[in-house]
Amino acid sequence: MSALLPLLIVVPLVGAALSLLAINSRAIQRSISVTCAAATTAISVTLLIGVDRNGTEVASIGDWPAEIAINLVADRFAALMLTISSTMLLAVLLYALGQRTDDERSRWYHPAYMVLIAGVSGAFLAGDLFNLFVWFEVLLIASYVLLTLEGNDGQIRSGTTYVVLNVIESFVLVTGVALIFAATGTLNMAVLPERLAALPDGVRLGLNLLLLIAFGLKAAVFPLFSWLPDSYPAAPSPVSAVFAGLLTKVGVYAIVRTQTLLFPETNRELLLVIAGLTMVIGVLGAIAQSDMKRILSFHIISQIGYMIMGVALGGVAAISATIFYMLHHIPVKTSLFLVEGIVERETGSSTLGRVSGLARRSGPLAVLFLIPAFSLAGLPPFSGFLGKTAVVTEGLDQRSWWIVGAAIAVSLMTLVSMLKIWSGAFWGAPDPELADAGHPGILRKHPMMAAVTTAVVALTLMIALFAGPLYRFCERAAIDVTDAASYPSAVLP
Amino acid sequence: MSWEQALLIAVLAGTGTYLVMHRTLTRIILGLGLLGNAINLLILTSGDGPGVAPIIGQDGDFTDPVPQALVLTAIVIGFGVTSFLLAMAYRAWTISGSDEVEDDITDRRLARSEATPDDQPADPEDPA
Repeated sequence: MSALLPLLIVVPLVGAALSLLAINSRAIQRSISVTCAAATTAISVTLLIGVDRNGTEVASIGDWPAEIAINLVADRFAALMLTISSTMLLAVLLYALGQRTDDERSRWYHPAYMVLIAGVSGAFLAGDLFNLFVWFEVLLIASYVLLTLEGNDGQIRSGTTYVVLNVIESFVLVTGVALIFAATGTLNMAVLPERLAALPDGVRLGLNLLLLIAFGLKAAVFPLFSWLPDSYPAAPSPVSAVFAGLLTKVGVYAIVRTQTLLFPETNRELLLVIAGLTMVIGVLGAIAQSDMKRILSFHIISQIGYMIMGVALGGVAAISATIFYMLHHIPVKTSLFLVEGIVERETGSSTLGRVSGLARRSGPLAVLFLIPAFSLAGLPPFSGFLGKTAVVTEGLDQRSWWIVGAAIAVSLMTLVSMLKIWSGAFWGAPDPELADAGHPGILRKHPMMAAVTTAVVALTLMIALFAGPLYRFCERAAIDVTDAASYPSAVLP
Repeated sequence: MSWEQALLIAVLAGTGTYLVMHRTLTRIILGLGLLGNAINLLILTSGDGPGVAPIIGQDGDFTDPVPQALVLTAIVIGFGVTSFLLAMAYRAWTISGSDEVEDDITDRRLARSEATPDDQPADPEDPA
């Protein structure tokens, strides 16, 4: 079983290498990519089932003793994140194949995408801080390439901000890693909790803050979010869909990991304030925008606030709420960007005001937008309602009244800004030029994109439908994550 | 860590930070290079003090090899990122003839529409 862990990284990396060899044939590249992405998804699912049955799986590379080896560790939380993210990566790949845009025709798209898959898997599996940094770098470099694939003016400009900020983020992370090594003599996440606990409080706080700043920038929490709405909209839609769904969540994953495992006595008040501000500022930014992609990008920020809120509240119930929230958020956010991609493909623009009357032209497309939009805002009976209820209930239990108030207000404002997209792009009279009689349905014109989007939206509905068993799984994952002894005892023999 | 090392790291980090705060991409890249090297040296000092032999054979004192391995990885990553940034600066230069990083387009439009009194976007045809 533990032999599966390296495969999650090796398969996409081999795919990237083969894809580079087949650089002149898009057809071969496509089949390599689909095979590797599907294989990664299948391995993740197998791993998820195995981990839930047998407990945490560990692979020590090179068969060194686990204290000094490079460990790949998959507990329930990591396996769940791997499954949902590899599913989304496969879905977005198929969508991109259906879109047939210039980006996908670029010879570098497929190798970069494979490296991105390897980086995401590696970041979820890394069992020591330095490898976490390395896999972050791998996925970042792939994301740099994907973001600037067309190399046009806008992409280079926003790409520069994105790359420079992320390089600085990496520097902060490496500084943190170096200082942690200097203070404790190890970077192994199974050995670190014990060694970190022996440090003076001030040193531990400093180290924690360095990691929080680095991962906070990656997760786009307040006040480190300004790069996100600037750079994501510049990317082509399938790329921004996968960035929006996954990349910030890898940052959240790292925050959950470090705050529960390495720094369990973390400063909860500070995190709560950050969570509240992230929610509010994000949604206010979204309301002010008039471009679909930018509205959706600001929503990512405000939704990150809910996840951080769970981390800040702490305890099994709050962490399981955070895990469930991440599980729901990844497909919901991805599907919103996929719908946006269809709109942009069809109308050539994502600016509200230039697009209108889509609901009249394609009812099904409007439904595909409304379901994840309501889910993101937290209306029942969609998955977002359950995620938000879980986080808010925990806030009430812990008597953090103001953050609960903020969370509910933000979810209403999310609805307002979603209605802005709705009334701008979907409502109203369709553009007379495009509304000619005999115009085929939008979804029928792009069958592959429509099928993938429908599948992802259906997945979000499934999450709501099977919320009971899924939530119980999240609770089991949260018990692993919050129990200080569980991770070290699983890794160290 | 000896004071010479600390001083070197401080000078590199300070100069790097100063350069990164400029708007031209070439300066930013140079700054990032200096910052990166400051941090590489920091990793190196997180092992033992200076002057101990590298790990050869089994007997006697030797320096901790782990930070050296970490530094090697960090250098390789830094190399890759720097070459990507250089390619991007070159691209920016071929497109616009300068490598100055501009403000976000929507921000600029917002600033202009605030400057014009009648709540209209200054130039609705401005391509986003």
